[in-house]
Amino acid sequence: MNWKTFYALLSRDGHVARRNLLPTLLQNLLQPLLLTFVFGRILTAGGMMQAGYKTVLLPGVMAISMVIAGVQAVAMPLITEFQFTREIEDRLLAPMEIGWLAVEKIVAGMVQALVAGLVVIPAAWLTMGSGVHFSFRPVEFAVVCLLVAMFSSAGGLALGCSIGPTQIGLMFSLVLAPMMMFGCAYYPWSFLSKFPVLQYAVLINPLVYASEGLRGTLTQSDHMNTMVVIAALAAINVVLLVVGLKKFHSKAVS
Amino acid sequence: MGIGIRIENLRKVYDTPPPSAARGGGFSFMAQRSAGSKEKKEKKKKFEVVALDDISLEMRAGEVFGLLGPNGAGKSTTIGVLTTRTRPTSGRAFIGEFDVWKEQVKAKRLIGVVPQRPNLDFALTAREVLLFHGAYFGQSSREREQKTQTLLEQFKLTERADDMVRNFSGGMMQRISIARAMMHDPQVLFLDEPSAGLDPQTRLLLWEIVREYNRLGKTIVLTTHDMAEADSLCHRLAIIDHGRIISQGTPQELKASIPGGYLLRLRFDRAPEELLAVLRSLPGVTEVRSADHIAADVYADRGGPLISSIVTAAQAAGAELHDVHIAEPSLETLFLHHTGRSLRD
Repeated sequence: MNWKTFYALLSRDGHVARRNLLPTLLQNLLQPLLLTFVFGRILTAGGMMQAGYKTVLLPGVMAISMVIAGVQAVAMPLITEFQFTREIEDRLLAPMEIGWLAVEKIVAGMVQALVAGLVVIPAAWLTMGSGVHFSFRPVEFAVVCLLVAMFSSAGGLALGCSIGPTQIGLMFSLVLAPMMMFGCAYYPWSFLSKFPVLQYAVLINPLVYASEGLRGTLTQSDHMNTMVVIAALAAINVVLLVVGLKKFHSKAVS
Repeated sequence: MGIGIRIENLRKVYDTPPPSAARGGGFSFMAQRSAGSKEKKEKKKKFEVVALDDISLEMRAGEVFGLLGPNGAGKSTTIGVLTTRTRPTSGRAFIGEFDVWKEQVKAKRLIGVVPQRPNLDFALTAREVLLFHGAYFGQSSREREQKTQTLLEQFKLTERADDMVRNFSGGMMQRISIARAMMHDPQVLFLDEPSAGLDPQTRLLLWEIVREYNRLGKTIVLTTHDMAEADSLCHRLAIIDHGRIISQGTPQELKASIPGGYLLRLRFDRAPEELLAVLRSLPGVTEVRSADHIAADVYADRGGPLISSIVTAAQAAGAELHDVHIAEPSLETLFLHHTGRSLRD
């Protein structure tokens, strides 16, 4: 392992991210702002939702933000770089085993996912006003955040190495949209008990554990057992890492 | 001290299209997707492309070695294997003492690669491309800044150094690609068709840069389908076609191996066997080939002086000479001799 090279690759990604700071921030912030404003402010102020919904919604929106940011941060550049221009080649030729380049991409994606998740808290607070009841458990919260960030960027790696540039639209409508709707981001998992089949079917969706995990470590609203969440996220991480690295290798070497 | 390269019995069979090929997006389900396992195997075989067919080569330390051949001959695949980007199906390749497949990282430190198509990092400026490349290879910030400045000047890119490379012209991209490959001062420099798409002036600049780099004792491997380039730059050459080495040696040795040296490409309205027989008997003619009894390739030790006898022979046989092309001894004629095809076919 060559740390100098790894660090140089990370600083390259950091440099590019800083250059695109404003568009990236807007991209990451706008959706949670709108979601929290419409569902958390308008609907609760009008009485269509109870005030307690704010507390349920905030962790869910945070989970969505992290997942989208992580997937995008890793998948989008990879899709471009593996195109016929093969922009990634220079980095593949860096003196380091190529698997570490994939790891570097994951680390860079995790940082972006964490930032995207954490900015949601103050932003949502601003749009929703008071009424969110926090019950913060820092250590478990940190663990859940890290695992969520990792699965989103590892998922981004797997997706980015599996699809071509023409399928980006499909990725959003076929993968990300159902994932968000059935990810227990807008409602707690226990609410699905009236739809027993669905309740168990959604368990393959990693966003469920992200939403429920953040709900459990950030607020006191109804949530899945945090230890179960952590175990599930860890397992998902292992699977996505293995798949992502494998895909990356087969894409990188002809 | 330079670094040599050794290739032993290299074979590469692609069973899927190589990823660098401009793969169309969208789904591409095959028609007989539901076929049974036996049929599947047969279907798989259809994809097989033998890019390298048992190639062995030795490139000596400090020489400029050329791989010459038409498109699809296997040149880029050879470079791909040597630069760790392509996994060989069988056989081994060594950069210096390192097996490129087993000791990739050590091999990667020794090589610089200029790809066939510029693969610059489009998210960066020209200066950043060089600076980050230096950083990947562990150079200190002072070292890489100095080196970047020198290379930008050498490649006449100083004025555009802080522009994004995605806005560069093809020639500028090529120059920055070469500068990037030299950034970490590699012992072996690979150039895959370096002068494709360059204007004559930039091409001369490139040749000069290659020669200069070679004078520092570095080994240079380049691929080309340009005979003039191979002739003027390379110390030794291997001619590749259909994944096999047809011939190798110095440009002089290779040229001397062509029968007769001169090649006269003739076209008649018709070339009956009697006419070909007369042509074979002309003084200085070593070989006459005609595949279709219209065109004939005459190998001889002289060129122009044969024309009058050829015209006479044609008239005597009642044929009309339509076209004559005289090629002096060159690698082009050599390639033609070995493959029956022109390099540009």
